Amino acid sequence: MLKDITLGQYFPGDTPVHRLDPRTKLVLTLVYIVAIFLVGSWGGYALAAAALAAVTALAHIQPKALIKGLKPLIFIIVFTAVLNLFFTPGEDYLFRWKFIKITWTGLDRAAAMVLRVLLLVAGTFLLTYTTSPLAITDGLERLLSPLKKLHVPVYELSLMMCIALRFIPLLIEETDRIMSAQKARGADLETGTLAQRAKALLPLLIPLFVSSFRRADELATAMECRCYNGGQGRTRMKQLHLSVRDGIAFVLGAAFVAGVIVLRRLGI
Amino acid sequence: MSLVEIRGLTHVYSRGTPFEKTAVADLDLAIDRGQTMALIGHTGSGKSTLISHLNALLKPTAGTVLLDGEDIFASKASIRAARARVGVVFQYPEYQLFEETVYDDIAYGPKNMKLDTAEIDRRVRQAAAALGLDEAVFQQSPLELSGGQKRRAAIAGVLAMEPELLVLDEPTAGLDPAGREDLLRTLFAWRDERDATILLVTHDMSIAGRCGRVAVMADGRIVMDGTPAEVFARDGELASIGLALPDAAIIAGLLRDAGVALPPSLYTVDRLADAILALWAEKKEGGPC
Amino acid sequence: MDPIIRVENITYTYPDAPGPALDGVSLDILPGTFTAVLGPNGSGKSTLAKHLNAILTPASGRVLVDGMDTAGEADLLAIRRRVGMVFQNPDNQIVANVVEDDVAFAPENLGVEPGEIRRRVDAALTQVGMYELRLHAPHLLSGGQKQRVAIAGVLAMEPEVLVLDEPTAMLDPRGRREVLDAVEALRREQGVAVVLITHHMDEAVRADRVVVMDRGRVALDGTPEAVFSRRLELRALSLDLPDAAELLARLRDGGMDLPAGALTPEACAAAIKEALA
Repeated sequence: MLKDITLGQYFPGDTPVHRLDPRTKLVLTLVYIVAIFLVGSWGGYALAAAALAAVTALAHIQPKALIKGLKPLIFIIVFTAVLNLFFTPGEDYLFRWKFIKITWTGLDRAAAMVLRVLLLVAGTFLLTYTTSPLAITDGLERLLSPLKKLHVPVYELSLMMCIALRFIPLLIEETDRIMSAQKARGADLETGTLAQRAKALLPLLIPLFVSSFRRADELATAMECRCYNGGQGRTRMKQLHLSVRDGIAFVLGAAFVAGVIVLRRLGI
Repeated sequence: MSLVEIRGLTHVYSRGTPFEKTAVADLDLAIDRGQTMALIGHTGSGKSTLISHLNALLKPTAGTVLLDGEDIFASKASIRAARARVGVVFQYPEYQLFEETVYDDIAYGPKNMKLDTAEIDRRVRQAAAALGLDEAVFQQSPLELSGGQKRRAAIAGVLAMEPELLVLDEPTAGLDPAGREDLLRTLFAWRDERDATILLVTHDMSIAGRCGRVAVMADGRIVMDGTPAEVFARDGELASIGLALPDAAIIAGLLRDAGVALPPSLYTVDRLADAILALWAEKKEGGPC
Repeated sequence: MDPIIRVENITYTYPDAPGPALDGVSLDILPGTFTAVLGPNGSGKSTLAKHLNAILTPASGRVLVDGMDTAGEADLLAIRRRVGMVFQNPDNQIVANVVEDDVAFAPENLGVEPGEIRRRVDAALTQVGMYELRLHAPHLLSGGQKQRVAIAGVLAMEPEVLVLDEPTAMLDPRGRREVLDAVEALRREQGVAVVLITHHMDEAVRADRVVVMDRGRVALDGTPEAVFSRRLELRALSLDLPDAAELLARLRDGGMDLPAGALTPEACAAAIKEALA
């Protein structure tokens, strides 16, 4: 059943990582991503992995959850590995048979690339695991608020994202419901040629569209009733405050980047 | 043999996750041909999960459902057969309308059953007539119909499959009183004409009172099962699971508590009025005039 | 007492509709009163509701909220702040992913200062009994709980009137009870006027005034006792009586001498017992 899909994989908690300002987490995640691309040595990867492990532990996130999140990416990871393993030019053969050649450089490259992808993805997962989608939206809105001067409707965009997040579970539920209703009328959504299956989706998609429009219409009226009037003159209940904790996080982030750069220079 | 026999049915959602929930727990229930049964219980009591097993939309975690003694989960063919023989009308069925015309929408189920055109046509016309839909609306878009008509068109789409067991989940939800009464009469008339079996999921005790049999569900189990009179007599238990009796039954209860000698099983206004008038007449004759 | 809402002989016709949805409706809503609006589908109940906070404006006649004409653009927010509106489907009126953030939506729109928003949000959630669940995601709540969040979301504007358009139509009996109890408490404790549009006669019994609509007009208007004693007129509009009123009417038809006006099971049973004694 669709209901079983876990969405917006946020694990609520009350750890130092959860309590960081979302802006801090967004910026540090960005810094981390850049740092991963700066890594040029095994020592750097070890440092990044250690940092990731430390934050994971601090946030009380089960390593299992991170690994589970990585599962859908197996194809990309294997593809990256294979590409680097077999197609890296070099002479230091580790293995050679007919046109298949594996070089030490290739192995080195493949391992590095796989590590890089894993660290990148796991890092961004940590952000979404410890920050609610709403907080991310909120943080983004405030980080981007200088763009308001350029007439970018930052508030409207973040409200749209917020509403989309709110309605995803509803749409999933609704899809489930309509699917059940059509199956009860003998609809066959699983077999047949691709064309047949695409056509079989109409009984699902049309009611879904109709109901989404109805929902959008009702929501718009309800928002008007609650004095929605665009982003201008709006206040916010929750103010974001940078605290000492955020300061410490930035210092640690800077130390991490410095570490990566130093290790790269030293070639360790 | 019962038309439907549910044996040891258990359904657990999101098994092995922190969200694990047992919606139906080791439930046995048999429905005989020709019965009209009401299934009452709160949202979350497992009613919806239960009915989704009757036409194999959900597979049981344990236990099974027999239709005329045959396991409906035995094969793909038996699942298909169950979908045709057990018609399920879900809540707010008008949201499932999708074809360009009302006619095509009602014909969708029969078409999926691979019937021939003549038979489909006969069934569509018959189902529409049963629900009081004029043939003049056949070529209209179902989305242009009024709210009440949409619901009737959607129900017709299930009736056109001519199911042996018709399951309806809150068919009158959101209708006005006149619409509610009309639809119920229509459904009961359809039943009487073809001697069909109906399972009616409802919150409305006065509707349950009009069915021959009432089953009450709580926490994934059937906790009461009997005639309306038998079930409504257990008012204390009903109240403890948060289900209120029909007002007429409450009034009857209050009168009995106050020492008025009323006979049992008075849960409709009609019966209660008759019983009180009979008592009053007795008193008038007996007393000095 | 001056009415908080004054509806003066309004008409309204939807684009492409064959006839008017409202055809000369006049109605005053007094502060702190509880008015139930009944009527068959298509009688104009919802259209009337949408006129009370300027979602629709009348084709002729006028609606005054606290003296402000709803047709005037300038007072739009002031009007909507005073007249809060709750609809049938709670899912389609909750904006945010967290209960308390949703309740904050309206005061944020109104530019209320953050500390005051916090106070209003907490007060509104407490009032409807949802304070404990303030950090929950709305889609995990029951129907009755969601509808109470929607009510809190409107309460945070500190309105003078709460208009509810069939708020219990999609709820089970427990949800209905939760919502109605919350609405009654609100009127009692905060003195908010309530306009409840409903199909459920037993909900109308709780009001102190019942307005019955028919084909865009007000057909009956009075206390529940007065309106529910007009059995034939109600039947002509295919509206039921509450069970208690229906029973008393049948007994009177049968010749018993019973007072009209007992609308609850308790009052009805007491009256019958009296007559049988």
